[in-house]
Amino acid sequence: MVEVRNTQRELRRLRVRLIVAMLVVVACFGLLLARFAWLQIHRYETFHAQAEDNRIALVPVPPSRGLIYDRNGVLLAENVSAYTLELSPKRIGYAKLDETIDALSEIVEITPLERRRFRRLAAEARTADSVPIKVRLTDEEVARLAVLRFRYPGVEIRARLFRNYPLGQSAVHVLGYIGRISPDDKRRFDEREIGSRYAGSTHTGKIGVELSYEEQLHGRPGAEEVEVSAGGRVVRSLSHTPPVPGSNLILSIDIRLQKLAEDLYGDRRGALVAIEPKTGDVLAMVSAPAFDPNLFIDGIDTQTWRGLNEDPDTPMLNRPLRGTYPPGSTYKPFMALAALTTGARAPGDTISDPGYFMLGKHRFRDSRPGGHGTVDLRKSIVVSSDTYYYKLAYEMGVDRIHAFMKPWGFGQLTGIDLPHETTGILPSTEWKMRRYKRRWIPGETPSVGIGQGYNAFTILQLAHATATLANDGVVMKPHVVRMIEDPDTRQQRPTVSEPTRRIQMHEDHLALVKSAMVDVNRFGTSRRVFADAEYVTAGKTGTSQVIGIRQNERYDAKRVAERHRDHSLYIAFAPADEPKIAIAAIVENGGFGAQAAAPLVRALLDYYLTGKLPEGYPDNALPTLPDEPDLRDIPESIEPETVETAAESETP
Amino acid sequence: MTRIDRTMLLAQLRRQLRVFDLPLLCALALLVAISLFTMYSAASDYDGRMLDHVRNLSIAFVLMWAAANLPLNWMMRSAVPIYALGLALLIAVALFGDIAKGARRWLDLGFTRIQPSELMKIAMPLMLAWYFQKRANAARWYDFAIAAVLLLVPVLLIARQPDLGTSLLVASAGIFVIYFAGLPWKVIAASIVAGIGSLPLLWMVMHDYQRQRVMMLLDPTSDPLGKGFHIIQSEIAVGSGGTWGKGWLDGTQAHLEFVPERTTDFVFAVYAEEFGLVGNGVLLLVYLLIIGRGLVIAANGATVFARLLAGAITLIVFTYAFVNMGMVTGILPVVGVPLPLMSYGGTAMVTLGLGLGLLMSVSRQRRLLQT
Repeated sequence: MVEVRNTQRELRRLRVRLIVAMLVVVACFGLLLARFAWLQIHRYETFHAQAEDNRIALVPVPPSRGLIYDRNGVLLAENVSAYTLELSPKRIGYAKLDETIDALSEIVEITPLERRRFRRLAAEARTADSVPIKVRLTDEEVARLAVLRFRYPGVEIRARLFRNYPLGQSAVHVLGYIGRISPDDKRRFDEREIGSRYAGSTHTGKIGVELSYEEQLHGRPGAEEVEVSAGGRVVRSLSHTPPVPGSNLILSIDIRLQKLAEDLYGDRRGALVAIEPKTGDVLAMVSAPAFDPNLFIDGIDTQTWRGLNEDPDTPMLNRPLRGTYPPGSTYKPFMALAALTTGARAPGDTISDPGYFMLGKHRFRDSRPGGHGTVDLRKSIVVSSDTYYYKLAYEMGVDRIHAFMKPWGFGQLTGIDLPHETTGILPSTEWKMRRYKRRWIPGETPSVGIGQGYNAFTILQLAHATATLANDGVVMKPHVVRMIEDPDTRQQRPTVSEPTRRIQMHEDHLALVKSAMVDVNRFGTSRRVFADAEYVTAGKTGTSQVIGIRQNERYDAKRVAERHRDHSLYIAFAPADEPKIAIAAIVENGGFGAQAAAPLVRALLDYYLTGKLPEGYPDNALPTLPDEPDLRDIPESIEPETVETAAESETP
Repeated sequence: MTRIDRTMLLAQLRRQLRVFDLPLLCALALLVAISLFTMYSAASDYDGRMLDHVRNLSIAFVLMWAAANLPLNWMMRSAVPIYALGLALLIAVALFGDIAKGARRWLDLGFTRIQPSELMKIAMPLMLAWYFQKRANAARWYDFAIAAVLLLVPVLLIARQPDLGTSLLVASAGIFVIYFAGLPWKVIAASIVAGIGSLPLLWMVMHDYQRQRVMMLLDPTSDPLGKGFHIIQSEIAVGSGGTWGKGWLDGTQAHLEFVPERTTDFVFAVYAEEFGLVGNGVLLLVYLLIIGRGLVIAANGATVFARLLAGAITLIVFTYAFVNMGMVTGILPVVGVPLPLMSYGGTAMVTLGLGLGLLMSVSRQRRLLQT
């Protein structure tokens, strides 16, 4: 009985304890439920956002860069697809990087240069990026790597688009090149707040059109929203915003004319600019010697770079844009116009040219020792009388010359659509004071009149002024890009020619100077060069001194070192009555204008106006035109009228 | 097949099914269903893991059936040998055990490696329940002292390995028996006070990794990419599930490998992310059903041994569930405690199958007495 009672008591006690246990269980589960509610309701927003952050990564899709064509549709800059070997330092682990590269170098050759470049790029890259170590793999290399790369996590073979300049050196100083985005570039992008446009991009324009039209060529990156794992692995794509490809550029350059000019320069140094006077289209812009832009795209090696940089011929110098030269006698037609327009000379005024101009005790020598006898304005241009212009300049004074020449663009930026244009020097008293803190000495003025002295202009400025002269004083801003083409619709829009000016001149004066220039090629300094031309040209030779010649000393080309010989200059436009092309050219140390520069220009004019190639020049040396140029050339509003309207509205 | 055959077969089946406690079986079936769905999602990136999980569940079910068929007397008789074996193995581990992850927990038997501490989870309540059965109706204060010694020796051996989590679980299994055996409330209250008071002491003897886990619990953001990563990411997983969850197979945290150990200890994070607060409520309810039914079975146990064993096993299931979910949601430190029947893992499944089988055996024999 006792035992049963005990059992009953024990059972009751146990049940109490079971109920207490159940209460504790319920309380604990209540605590859990409260915790769940706290996390899943109260803090839901926070955690939801964090989960999304974890999950979604925005991977930029770089746009494809716009292509560049010449005015006839010849491809000058293209994108080619090629494979690169890329490493992701983070995934490989920095400690194992060298080991991995060593292992890879047994499969494909990895040069010390490529290693150094990789190190540099890896240091600049964001941690998650994969960095190329070897670009443009050959098919064989790709095959070898594809088999083995699974052994190395973090090693990838990627297809990327590469910029390629199929014509190599040709027009390099116009086209420029692209290169890897440097820390400086990045800072620049950030300052302009366009850094986001370069998300995913590796290259940017460095120089030339590639730089000045970077904005249009680059396009806008797209984005791919991808889900990533904690390890950074892409699991799947969620959404895709396609990139906006960069616009294509159609240059005003005629690449065949350009190539012919480059070939005519050969080993010689110099610069040449050809402009279509009516539009300001730059048809050719030669800087000789040149270099291959393809070298620069993925970083140039030090040796080649040093070679280019230290070459005494300075192939990297953009001569027409940045080289400044005294224009020599090519300045005379402009001086003649200055004389007529300012009234310093009447067309019929004559001087006697004894072969020198005396100023005080100083004798300014004419290039022709005996002088040209009685010289009027026309003759002064045709025979290139220095004495006439010594005297004229002295009488006009440097500031009046400056005032007249400035609108022609001498010593001014032309505003061409290329970066790093140089101003040059159009001397004036104020300029000298500013520059040297000295007063202008009247004895410095005569030399200015014959395009020497302080005068220092770019060949672009000279060509621009020549084109303005050919265009009867209507100033067209020169440009190398003619059209910007939408890559999808192929719709083209012209690059807006800046409002232009008309230089006020009397028609008769203009006609006189122009006809004098025609006579230069008929009876004057370059008559032999232009004998039997099928068209009428207007031109002017020039010779610019490289070294000063002391008083009573005579210049003797044979005795002077090659580098100290005179530069040979020539300006021309043709046909004279309806100019289609204006050219300024310099052949460095080429001697007299008629010696080197004029024959070169003659050959180009022959080709441009009549299609005739120089004797012995191989037919197939020029880039071939695309089969159906008409397909490309469906201009929306190509009419030069837009430009002319602007010109007229601006005319005072 | 004749009709008689079929009737006999059905009768046979019914008899076999009768060994199971039907309410408990139903609740377990619900849990297994949840477990299968969750594991299918969690193990989507693990080849063969889902299949292994199904296999483990099947093994657990077979063991449960086997244990449910065991007579209470047989269990009584085996309590001491099993406890003795477990103790011997623990001592063996302490002497010749394999070291894995800085802890000596495994014993290499040549053909397989076992973790004797796991066996102790069953052996401990069996032993103590047996002891109190022996001392039934005459339990004195020194009986509790002896029970405490029986409890402490294996617990300290496990704690020394070191495996604090398992040692606490084994200890709690024993404490539950002692509690149901009628440990005076005064002693319980005094123990709780003493336990809280000795926390600083505990801190002193803790290993660095254990201290770190506690520190992580207090402030997981102090090392978001290192030690705190697990806690933070699993909290994000649970929290981002919201009220209704992201939907089955749509949990991003888990599928994108942000949730660590997502098939084992942190499987609840996967579940909570995909099924939300509502799903969590359902899961808690299912566990509550199992625990409630277990306590009812305990209340109706035929003998002291049966009642104590059933009560302790039930509370062990609760402890596992509570500690695991508390750990995943960041209110308890990270200790290696699986979520009953949800987490992937063979050993835990075996222990659990056996335990639930014992529970059903208690239930069956009570019914036998009634009939």
